Amino acid sequence: MSQAGPGGGQASIASITDRVTPVSLGAPVSSVHFLRDNAVFVGAEESVAFVDKAGEIGRVATHGGGILCAVSDGKRVVSGGDDGKVVAVDAEGEVAVLATDAKRRWIDCVALHGDGAFAWSAGKTAFVRSGKGEEKSLEVPSTVGGLAFAPKGLRLAIAHYNGATLWFPNMTGTPESLTWAGSQLGVTFSPDNRFLVTAMHEPALHGWRLADSRHMRMSGYPGRVRSMAWSAGGKFLATSGADSVIAWPFASKDGPMGKEPAMLAPLPVRATVVACHPKQDILAAGYEDGTILMVRMEDGGELLVRRNGNPPVAALAWNADGSRLAFADEQGDAGLLAL
Amino acid sequence: MAEASKIPVTVLTGYLGAGKTTLLNRILSENHGKKYAVIVNEFGEIGIDNDLIIGADEEVFEMNNGCVCCTVRGDLVRILDGLMKRKGKFDAIIVETTGLADPAPVAQTFFVDEDVQKNARLDAVVTVADAKWLSDRLKDAPEAKNQIAFADVIVLNKTDLVSKPELAEVEARIRGINPYAKLHRTERCRVGLNDVLERGAFDLDRILEIEPDFLDAGDEHDHDHDHDHDHHHHHGHDHHHHDHGHGLKHYHDEDMHSLSLRTDKPLDPTRFMPWLQRLVAEEGQKILRSKGILAFQGDDDRYVFQGVHMMLEGDHQRKWKEGEPRESRLVFIGRELPEQMIRDGFERCIVT
Repeated sequence: MSQAGPGGGQASIASITDRVTPVSLGAPVSSVHFLRDNAVFVGAEESVAFVDKAGEIGRVATHGGGILCAVSDGKRVVSGGDDGKVVAVDAEGEVAVLATDAKRRWIDCVALHGDGAFAWSAGKTAFVRSGKGEEKSLEVPSTVGGLAFAPKGLRLAIAHYNGATLWFPNMTGTPESLTWAGSQLGVTFSPDNRFLVTAMHEPALHGWRLADSRHMRMSGYPGRVRSMAWSAGGKFLATSGADSVIAWPFASKDGPMGKEPAMLAPLPVRATVVACHPKQDILAAGYEDGTILMVRMEDGGELLVRRNGNPPVAALAWNADGSRLAFADEQGDAGLLAL
Repeated sequence: MAEASKIPVTVLTGYLGAGKTTLLNRILSENHGKKYAVIVNEFGEIGIDNDLIIGADEEVFEMNNGCVCCTVRGDLVRILDGLMKRKGKFDAIIVETTGLADPAPVAQTFFVDEDVQKNARLDAVVTVADAKWLSDRLKDAPEAKNQIAFADVIVLNKTDLVSKPELAEVEARIRGINPYAKLHRTERCRVGLNDVLERGAFDLDRILEIEPDFLDAGDEHDHDHDHDHDHHHHHGHDHHHHDHGHGLKHYHDEDMHSLSLRTDKPLDPTRFMPWLQRLVAEEGQKILRSKGILAFQGDDDRYVFQGVHMMLEGDHQRKWKEGEPRESRLVFIGRELPEQMIRDGFERCIVT
C-alpha cells in the first residue's frame, strides 16, 4: 500500500467515497459500459455482469473463453473472444452471436458504428458487417491492433504495424494508408472527424490530420497508453500511461501541434484508465494503486471517488447523461457512483 | 509481481524437421498434471491435442526507430496479453517458433515489453537439433546456427539414425558454437521434462556458475575432456575421431563461437559497467547471448548479469560466501566476436 494519498494526502481533497455503492463481482473485469440503467461489467472471461442501481448483480454468459475486446454504443455491448466469436448483449440481457471466425481465431478488436454496422478483426483481416447485413473484409499488412469507425460515413480506421489504413467498405478503390514506423495498438477518430490518433506499442501516441496526413507526435509517456477518451465536444483527448492524466488539446486546426498537454490529477502512480463525462468538462481517472479521481478539466480540481490501496483500476464508464459513474479494479472490486 | 508468480515461458526452436512437434506432443501428453498454453505457427497443420493452442504469425517488429537489435515479436506481445485474461487456466506457456526463426526477437520481447515482463518470464530457449542433418545445416543455414548459439538446452534428436562417430562429430560441432547449453541426446525426443521445462535459464538468481556443459557426458560416450577448461570453447577438440579425412579437425565454427573471460582480481565497477554497456551498444548485433558473475572491488555481493544482443539486465545476487573464490567470469556467444578487443577492454576493468 502506498503511503501517500492522492495529491500528497487524501485528507486534502474533498471525498465522495461515501456516495459509492460498492459491488463485489468476484472475478477480473476488463471494461464497463452502461445499457440503460444497468452497468454492464465485461469480465476477463466468459461472462458479463449486469448491475442495477441498487447494486444487484445478474450474470450473462457470452463467451466460451477469454474476452479480448468490448465496445458499446449504449444499446448493446459487442465483444470479441478467444473462442473466435463476436457476441452482442443488449439491454435486456439477450445474447446474440454476430459472427464466428471460420478458423476459430481470436477476435482481437471490435468497433461499433452508429447505424448498426459493426467491425471486428482476426489476425490481419478486418471485417465489417453493415446494418443491412452485408459483410466485407480487408486484409492489412500485419495483425490488426485497433479498429475505429469515423464519426461520419461508413469509414473504418484499422491500426497495424507501421501505420493505419482508412477504408470505406462500401467504396471501390484503394484504401488510404497513413504511415508511421512502429506498432499501432489502438485507434480513435476525433469527434469532429479531423484527426486520427493511434496508441503505439512504444509509450507514445501518434496522430494524423486527415485533411493533409500531417503527422502529430505525442510522446513523453513513461508507460504504454492503454486508455484514450475524448472530452465532451472533442476539445481534449485524455490519456492514461503517465503519473497524471495527459490531456492533449484538439480544439484548434493544428490539433496539439506545438502545444503542451494539460497534466491533470498528478499522483505518485500511473493512470490506468480514463473516462470523460459525456456533457461537461469533467473526467474520471483510475490509477495503478486503485485510486479513482474525478477531475474538473478547467482548473484541475479533484474529488476522491475511491481511495488507494487496491489493485489497479481496470474499468471506468459514465452513463449517457453523465449522472452515474461505474468502475472496477482488476480483481473485480467494483462500485457505482450516483451524482 | 514476484518472479516466482510469473508464468514461465519456454521457447521451443529448431530447424525444419528436427522434431519440435514431437517434443511438443511429448510434453503435452506426459502425465504431469500441468496445463500448458501453446503458441504455435502453422496453426492447424499439425496434430496437437491441447485446449489452449494459439496460432501465431511470427510478426517481428522493430522498436525504437528501427534498430535491428531492438526487434520484438509483436504477435507474442498481443497473445500473452490475451492469455493473461485466462490466468489460472494454465501453468506455463510454450512458444514454438518456425524452423527458420531467429530466437532473438522472442527473447527480446521479454526484455522490452513492460506488460509482458509484469506477467511472464522467459524460462529457457530449447533447441531441437537433428543429429543426422545438423552438421549440414550448420554449413548452409544461418538460422540453424543461430538456434544452436542461442540455446540454453539442446535436444540432439534422432541419435538412432547416426553412428557413434557421426554423433561425436555433430556434438563437437555444437560445442564449437555453444559449449554452455545443456545437451541431451534423444531418440524421438525422449527427454525428461525436467530437462527442458522450468530451467530458469534467464533467472538472474539461478546464474550459479558458468561452466561449459562438457562434464556430464552420457554413458555411451567417453570423450576425454580433462584438459584445461579455459580453452574448451575455442577448440573443443575431439581426440578420438578423425575418420572423415579432413586432416586436422577443429570443430571451431568459422563465424559463430563463444568467448569466456575470467579473473580472480576484483573489477572496478566504474570502469566495467560503462565498458559492458558500450560493448553491447556497439557490438550487440554480433553478441547473441552474454552472461556474467562479477566480483566488484569493495562490494561483498556477487553481481550477475545476462543479455540478449543489446539488451542487458543485471543485479546484485547475494553475498559472496565465506571461502568462495571471488572470481569474475563472463561469457559471450556470438558471430565474429572481436575477441582481442573484448579481452583488452576487460583487462582494463580489472583493478590493478
